[in-house]
Amino acid sequence: MDRTERLNIPETELFHPGHYACQGCGAPIVTRYMMKALGKKTIIVIPACCWSVIQGPYPYSTLKVSVVHTAFETAASTASGIRSALKTQGRNDIHVVALAGDGGTFDIGLQALSGAAERNDNIIYVCYDNEAYMNTGIQRSSSTPFGAWTTTTPGSHYKDRPKKDIIQIMAAHRIPYAATGSVAYPEDLYKKFKKASTMTGLRFFHIFSPCPPGWKSATDDSIKIARYATWSKIYPLYEVFDGERFIVTKPEKEIPVSDYFSIQKRFSNLSEHDTAFIQQMVDERWMSLLKLSGSSPEK
Amino acid sequence: MKKVLMGNHAVSLGVKLARVNVIAAYPITPQSQIVELLSEMCADGEIDAEFLKVESEHSSMACCIGASLAGARAFTATSSQGLLLMHEMLHWAAGSRTPVVMTNVNRGVSPPWTIWTDQTDSVSQRDTGWIQVYCENNQEVIDTILQAYWVAEKVSLPFMVVYDGFYLSHTSEPVDVPEQNIVDSFLKPYEPFYKIDVEKPHSINSIVYPSHYMEFRHNIKKSMDSVPSILKQCLAEFKKHFNREYSTIEEYRNDDAEITLITSSTVTSTARILIDEFRKKGIKIGLVKLRLFNPFPHDDILRALKGKSKVGVIDRNYSPGNGGVFAQTLKFSISQVAGMPEVYPFIVGLGGRDVTEEVLGEAVEIMFNGKHRGEKEIWIGLKD
Repeated sequence: MDRTERLNIPETELFHPGHYACQGCGAPIVTRYMMKALGKKTIIVIPACCWSVIQGPYPYSTLKVSVVHTAFETAASTASGIRSALKTQGRNDIHVVALAGDGGTFDIGLQALSGAAERNDNIIYVCYDNEAYMNTGIQRSSSTPFGAWTTTTPGSHYKDRPKKDIIQIMAAHRIPYAATGSVAYPEDLYKKFKKASTMTGLRFFHIFSPCPPGWKSATDDSIKIARYATWSKIYPLYEVFDGERFIVTKPEKEIPVSDYFSIQKRFSNLSEHDTAFIQQMVDERWMSLLKLSGSSPEK
Repeated sequence: MKKVLMGNHAVSLGVKLARVNVIAAYPITPQSQIVELLSEMCADGEIDAEFLKVESEHSSMACCIGASLAGARAFTATSSQGLLLMHEMLHWAAGSRTPVVMTNVNRGVSPPWTIWTDQTDSVSQRDTGWIQVYCENNQEVIDTILQAYWVAEKVSLPFMVVYDGFYLSHTSEPVDVPEQNIVDSFLKPYEPFYKIDVEKPHSINSIVYPSHYMEFRHNIKKSMDSVPSILKQCLAEFKKHFNREYSTIEEYRNDDAEITLITSSTVTSTARILIDEFRKKGIKIGLVKLRLFNPFPHDDILRALKGKSKVGVIDRNYSPGNGGVFAQTLKFSISQVAGMPEVYPFIVGLGGRDVTEEVLGEAVEIMFNGKHRGEKEIWIGLKD
């Protein structure tokens, strides 16, 4: 995207400074831009995740909108319940958002999310993905990528299975909208939230959100890491409409996965052979994504 | 209007009359007919409610909590394993102070698989912060649904209406179905103490530090402790509107009784017949039916048991290592009071085994001859 063609992102903040996130955390950025797009007529449901801390302890609140904290596996179902109540009150002008981490989305919350998606409940589900259970101390989740160190995939016993493909799972429910986003691309993120806000049914966001303590990266490198994830195609930006129509945003620059790995320590156990293997997986997935979107591999 | 209704359908009609806004449910035997009828009524526009057909009981309770927090009158129904799956969310419902009403149709817990009645499912939820009332017949079932919303919304705590699987759930009895206009004058629309409001943003259920957590629990204590008196106010109102009388505990020929049986649910009906038989023989035995189990109606129980020499507690549930839960709770309740009777804790009728007059007669026999005196639990009808 040309930097001179910035979208007009509102300056209104529905977010107080002085939140409880770690330095360099991607999760507040996700919510900040989300709120700029959705506005104050929004109710946010937060299950157990980093955001249950970032939101602030009683009696404080990071967000200037109504927030309901709920059990780990119930972000989607609690949001569905709120939506039903609003419907009986004739309030159709309110966004109901479930805001969950990858553990609460890919793992323990997947059943409730699948239920809400199958019913096509009118909620926006946002997963900020830091690729492990970071709030409990960096344990692997099914979102942890192949090759990553975590406290439960230590040293040479790195994660030996690929990351669960959550967008494909959600798309298979034939929901109206599923999209990836990244904190390195706020304009894209804002635009996608704006787009989703005009739709009804279950809208799903999977947003790449670096975690310096968990990824063993410099706190001022988070945006760079997120951008490298997209450039290396480890984390492509794309949208899926009605489970079928794929639109992929090709990165403005391409780099090998080793460049992405080199600016964080969680991949430091990988051999050259491992990296080559991951590069191959990433390339294959990129090709299949392009195929789904009907694009050609050429730029 | 008098109708012949099975217990499950009595619940459905009660929920309709209570003008519930949001229903979320998952099927489980022997509860399913409750929500089948409700889903029909929603589809036909007979009830103006949202019906969420969820993928698990865990989610149905989460939906009810969300709906209740957003100001809706919410309902769900479950049984046995479904209730156990909800356990975590039962704590969330009470901790969030949501007046959700739920019917639990008692069914034993697995393994081995059973679909027949006992109370182990519901009594094992005692410590979650839910009010629990146990019903003896289908009239009581429909009436208790209405009372449940009245009380739950007054004290901001969730309410579980409990009755025996198959004995009531699938048994048809004549039921006087209240008129909608009378229900409306008894049960006003839900006005939440607080609710999610985009105009006045709040954060609900945030993390609390040790400096605040205890006060939240203590507030639940205050509300829970007020339940017996609030329920009595409710029942007085209920009598005025519907001319039917209920209480926290119900005494039967207990005034001059020397020994007393404590029962709950449908076993009570059998016990009444047995009491009459003993009375014919001039034996001074009485009956106390526990309707309200949680919070335990301590003061009413003390009054009812004062001066009795022995009390037999009929538990159709079992807590391994501890015995029957009603007996344990009773022992705790009377333990610090002088002049209380000896407790005989009986375990009967688990997993749907019939609790006959003979079974209860054996319990009374044991109390008379002092056999098994002081034992933690006395199992009746067990095969060798």
